[in-house]
Amino acid sequence: MSDHHNETFLSKYIFSLDHKMIAKQFLITGMFMGVVGMLMSILFRLQLSNPGESFAVLEWFLGEKWAPDGVLDPNMYLALVTMHGTILIFWVLTAGLTGTFANFLIPLQIGARDMASGFINMLSYWFFFAATIVLLTSLFVETGPAAAGWTIYPPLSALPQAIPGSGLGQDLWLIAMTLFIVSSLLGGLNYIVTILNLRTKGMSMTRLPLVMWALFIVAILGVLSFPVLLSASLLLVFDRTFGTSFYLSDIVIAGEALHHTGGSPILFEHLFWFLGHPEVYIILLPALGIVSEVISVNSRKPIFGYKAMVISLMAIAFLSFIVWGHHMFITGMDPFLGSVFTFTTLLIAIPSAVKVFNYLATLWRGSIRFTPAMLFAIGFVSTFITGGLTGIVLGDSALDINVHDTYFVVGHFHIVMGLSAIYGMFAGVYHWFPKMYGKMMNKKLGYIHFWVTFISAYGVFFPMHFLGLAGLPRRYYSNTAFPMFEGLTNINEIITFFAIVGGIVQVLFIFNFFYSIFYGTKASKNPWGSTTLEWTTPIERIHGNWPGEIPTVRRWAYDYSKPGHDTDFVPQTEPLKEGEEEH
Amino acid sequence: MASITLFFAGLTSAVIVRSSESGWQDISMPRYFWYSTFVIILGSVFLIMSKKIIKRGKNPADYIFLTFVCGVIFAICQFKGWSALVDQGKFFVGEGSSPASSFLYVITFAHLIHVIGGLISVFVTFTKSVNSKYSKENYLGIELTSIYWHFLDILWIYLFAFLLYII
Repeated sequence: MSDHHNETFLSKYIFSLDHKMIAKQFLITGMFMGVVGMLMSILFRLQLSNPGESFAVLEWFLGEKWAPDGVLDPNMYLALVTMHGTILIFWVLTAGLTGTFANFLIPLQIGARDMASGFINMLSYWFFFAATIVLLTSLFVETGPAAAGWTIYPPLSALPQAIPGSGLGQDLWLIAMTLFIVSSLLGGLNYIVTILNLRTKGMSMTRLPLVMWALFIVAILGVLSFPVLLSASLLLVFDRTFGTSFYLSDIVIAGEALHHTGGSPILFEHLFWFLGHPEVYIILLPALGIVSEVISVNSRKPIFGYKAMVISLMAIAFLSFIVWGHHMFITGMDPFLGSVFTFTTLLIAIPSAVKVFNYLATLWRGSIRFTPAMLFAIGFVSTFITGGLTGIVLGDSALDINVHDTYFVVGHFHIVMGLSAIYGMFAGVYHWFPKMYGKMMNKKLGYIHFWVTFISAYGVFFPMHFLGLAGLPRRYYSNTAFPMFEGLTNINEIITFFAIVGGIVQVLFIFNFFYSIFYGTKASKNPWGSTTLEWTTPIERIHGNWPGEIPTVRRWAYDYSKPGHDTDFVPQTEPLKEGEEEH
Repeated sequence: MASITLFFAGLTSAVIVRSSESGWQDISMPRYFWYSTFVIILGSVFLIMSKKIIKRGKNPADYIFLTFVCGVIFAICQFKGWSALVDQGKFFVGEGSSPASSFLYVITFAHLIHVIGGLISVFVTFTKSVNSKYSKENYLGIELTSIYWHFLDILWIYLFAFLLYII
């Protein structure tokens, strides 16, 4: 296993069992889906800034059926919003982020030859790939893709005759999601088993780099929360196809009363958000882990408060299971219950603040290197704070009721979850690219990418808070019918402008990524001067990671600028000197 | 198993939420579900015995087979239970259905699917045992099958008690 063996094109690049190749498969599929999802957002942003106006680009992408004379069809608008959310949340920020970095980093950082089961790992990718195909296929069915929002609330999602998107598109959405859940469970179980059982000699749990802790906890979260979404979807499928009434009651469509009685759509919301809220942290925790690594390496300082970081990760994960009600304050919930959910939600601010404090304390008086990865990591800290603060507003039921389902919410979750996680992902890609491909990415392009992304992203999501406070509801095709919103069109134009700029600059990243794979300057073995195990592997890809013996770990992962050493970093493999304390 | 637990926890908590609202219908459990409870526990007992036997160095194939038979009887009892429900006029879907009856079918059916998975595992363990693949030192297969079967057993007891008192 430890040496190169004969590989065909098929076994090396397609049905690979090597965790590093599977990670790249997840990354590139995630990037592709990211482009698709982002493009969708630009298309529907055009409608929001210029309602009812004609754009040749809309007709070019969507065709005569969905954009007659270049004007976006309302049904397609809903479908684009739905697919944008689904793709970005699940395909890019769940599978693209965790799939990439869990697969790539777990064996390399804990000192294992590969995942516990290479075959299950491969299956995990191919289930994800199948899910991707099914989801993309739904874009091309006659009635259009699913349009009930990424949260697929019934009755819209439960009645095929409700709107065009509730038909075949919704079926395909549910099939794609089922395949996705299978992929996620297979991957998650593999990550857990690998971290628990395959750590190299000396790699105790307390010596794990923080990104390992984050990915470990994410895997547990996924394994516990996705099955609940599966049970919610199962009941939804029964309602859709077999005519049961779990979520449906007393509905009249086009003058015809349906036979469904006794169901409750609120039930779906409970089940959905029991997954839905942990899902937010499934997206966020890997980014928190990646940022911990990048900030520590590039500040040349040990991470501040390692134990506090681990405990706060656990606390966030635990709390994420008991806060789902804050998505449902206006469902007629008992105000006392609402106050309980407010309490548990606001508790999350404590471990989150611990993390932010520790990031800042790590940066404090460090010898900071502003690499593109570091800039994105600091960008993450910024969005985590700004998005987190509006989270406190929304977590409070008395305040939330006023801005529920407005653009305030859209601004909040895009900053705290969307931007933070995508910044974490960019930081990870810039940081570990040399390990993935043996080449360096172009720094200058990286800087342009960061600054334009950072400014345009705030340009998009910051003004949304004002729209929300003015009462503008989310998901609406057009607000021109309401005179009170007339003055807000300018803000929407600004948002769309920044969305387009932010979209275009991602092309620069994609160019940099693929160009560097082929023509980038060669990377040295440990270009960032990092302590962790992955940088002790040879530059060329070996199935089995280390030629010969797996190294033994002799110290924790954050010995940067430690007094008494010649270099400003001490690899984890180096034995403690006589009389040297571990940390 | 944690995933499966959460899956059923999702379903049963859905029942609790729904049953507190108006229009909830109580259903009396068919006696077949009592029989199935008995046989699935019996299956667990046989597996415990087979583990004791292999530890003594003898071949436990007979007992593993008895667990398999218990599993099959369990599946038959579930089907008979559903027929009894149909006789009572409690249907999965359609005019005669209610959320309570629909939940009852979904939960018991989802459990049976997992039992079928367990039966496959028991059968594989049985054939390996017949071919003397296990020994005093190496009986991991029996061990793992037992853990899963006991899990299904406890899960069913929980579900049955739940259905008995809530639905």
